[in-house]
Amino acid sequence: MKNKINEAHEAGEVFSDDSQESNRKIVVPGEIIVTGEDYLPGEGTRRDGDNIVSIKFGLAEESGRVVRIIPIFGAFIPRRSNVVVGRITDITYSGWLVDIDSAFSAFLSIEEFPKYINRNEMEQYLAIGDVISAKIWTLKNKNIDLTLKGKGLGKLESGFIFRIIPSRVPRVIGREGSMVNLIKERTGCNIVVGQNGWIWVSGQSLDSEIKARKAIEFVAGKVYVSGLTELVESWFMEAENGS
Amino acid sequence: MEVSNITKNTLSRMFSEGKRFDSRGLLDFREIEISGDVSNKSEGSARVKIGKTEVIAGVKLSVGEPYPDSPNKGNLMVSGDLLPLASPKFESGPPGFNAIELPRLVDRAVRESGIIDLSKLLIEKEKVWNLMIDIYPINDDGNIIDASLLAAVVALKNTYLPQIDKEGNIDYEKKKEKKLPLSPETVPISFSFFKLGDSIILDPTREEEEACDVRITLGISKWNGQHMINSCQKKGGEILTREDIEKITSILPEKFDELNKKLKKYI
Amino acid sequence: MAVKRSDGRKPNELRPIIAKIGVVPNADGSALFAFGDTIAIAAVYGPRQLHPQHMQNPSKGVLRCNYDLLSFSVYDRKKPGPSRRSQEISKVTEWALIPAVYLEQFPNSVIDVQIYILQADAGTRTAGINAASMALAHAGIPMRDLVCSLAVGKLDKEIVVDITKEEEDFEDGEGATDLAIAKLANSDEFSLLQMDGKIQPELFNNALKAGAEACSKIYEVQKKALKEAINTLGSDE
Repeated sequence: MKNKINEAHEAGEVFSDDSQESNRKIVVPGEIIVTGEDYLPGEGTRRDGDNIVSIKFGLAEESGRVVRIIPIFGAFIPRRSNVVVGRITDITYSGWLVDIDSAFSAFLSIEEFPKYINRNEMEQYLAIGDVISAKIWTLKNKNIDLTLKGKGLGKLESGFIFRIIPSRVPRVIGREGSMVNLIKERTGCNIVVGQNGWIWVSGQSLDSEIKARKAIEFVAGKVYVSGLTELVESWFMEAENGS
Repeated sequence: MEVSNITKNTLSRMFSEGKRFDSRGLLDFREIEISGDVSNKSEGSARVKIGKTEVIAGVKLSVGEPYPDSPNKGNLMVSGDLLPLASPKFESGPPGFNAIELPRLVDRAVRESGIIDLSKLLIEKEKVWNLMIDIYPINDDGNIIDASLLAAVVALKNTYLPQIDKEGNIDYEKKKEKKLPLSPETVPISFSFFKLGDSIILDPTREEEEACDVRITLGISKWNGQHMINSCQKKGGEILTREDIEKITSILPEKFDELNKKLKKYI
Repeated sequence: MAVKRSDGRKPNELRPIIAKIGVVPNADGSALFAFGDTIAIAAVYGPRQLHPQHMQNPSKGVLRCNYDLLSFSVYDRKKPGPSRRSQEISKVTEWALIPAVYLEQFPNSVIDVQIYILQADAGTRTAGINAASMALAHAGIPMRDLVCSLAVGKLDKEIVVDITKEEEDFEDGEGATDLAIAKLANSDEFSLLQMDGKIQPELFNNALKAGAEACSKIYEVQKKALKEAINTLGSDE
């Protein structure tokens, strides 16, 4: 089975770096993060006179002059080019309706299917209840358009899907995919991590699939623990010795 | 998100091999936590957690008239609501089927078990206690029904009768002394068995519950030393075979004893 | 001569507060907030799809609040189902929270806030707003500020904060006055103002001031509860 490739979140997921973590403090909306004209308000913040004030609950991070908030909790906010894992909910005249667990409904046009198919073939390829990994192509006011054209996108067969809190996704992927790749190696499973928090796992055996899920949930539960890679390695070793 | 085809398939294969994501046995319950004192304005209350599923129940008593066809008995009423708070699936507005079914199932299990002798709720001629149990799921991670009956029973066990003055007016604030008269032996517990493929499981998580095709809930208690099934309700359009049912009824007594032992310290 | 409060509190003293985050794991954000014997829980789901479509607003999101008492939260059992009182409180709660939320970031969607009172001893709507404010922040909803709320009372001539049910029923002299307020934590902006009783216009402002000062204590508790939630993260809230 082809290995599916993930696209890392565009925000740098630098959780695994010790020194950076001590620069971060937890802030609530309305709280002043830093004071100074030189600072620039990044995502999750606003400027109020000389102060940079948080508008979200999360970890405040300074990256050069830009101050931003890394969210810890919260629903998925879709962005263009996000890879998401979704479930087909309906078939219409021109495409499929897809549930991606967000505030807006998502649509996959028949034109965005990777190969040419007829209208009456649609259900054969993607039926209600089927799972896909798709990319957000456009994002208009209340509609999300998906595409299956692209590397690693398409129907996801066998295995299962489950949800983690969307803001933990960067953690599960790791810097340049390092964490998810570690889990893939240790379990021999295919894994697709959707930015919407939905994750697909498929392996050679039920036991390996169950183990992969447990490993992912272990990682998702840790927010900023330095040396997470080592922790996960030893988690796998214990799991091997235990079974 | 509704259950996907592949997940349902995988769960079905897992169950047929006796496997679950949280490493439990197919007939094992998650960890149960029970506490009382949910509301000091109630006459009795309880909070039950089974895994992450949480249900609270409270008992209120008022004085009223008996029903014409049971002049010497008090009245029992079980209500509740599937609060929209408990799950992304629940919506505000008039109750859907699940919201209507829940209190009715709990009512039957409680009533038929004989844990409350309604004739003991007679105060004097034409005056009886109205016993009202209200059930509220706070977080739905599957198996709300079993958690709800447990909460209702523990709340009943914690219930004290309020003081009434000579005119029959209740003073809720006055210290209560008399416990609600309940059978010491009988404790109704419900077991909801779920079927997926050919496998039967107990205490599903929400994810497992959504993948299952049929559910059968049985209320069971002990009466005169014997196990007694008090109520039974099948839900869902799929079938149960005779084998399924025989398997379930044979497991039931030992499951009851197992859970009853665990509950001893709370009730 | 100052009126003595039956629980011995000073006029500007709040009842003991309990604040906890994450009490409803299924929700995007949730919290419990208690003033003494009054306990409220709030759960936030959203942003999510808003049905029916005609209720959608293309320029900003809808904040939809639902407040209610659980049947056994009061001595005289409340029948299940929304009452007129709970409908009114749902609406003023919405108005109390809206100024704090950046609804423009969620056109055509809804943020659902569910508030339930487990145990009532006056100040239920204010406890509900405090819980809802924490739950909204917990859910990662972008907000200008947290919202703090409490009920200020006047017992005869004395201004007191966070009144109990007993104090609501005070009858001596000018009787009891109950002023429920909510404000944005870090500014002098009030989003909820409801009052019953008899109060001179000059004293009204004093009451507001006393309430606003007490609100800063509530803010500290809300902040602490939110920050502590991160330190005690489990495997999947």
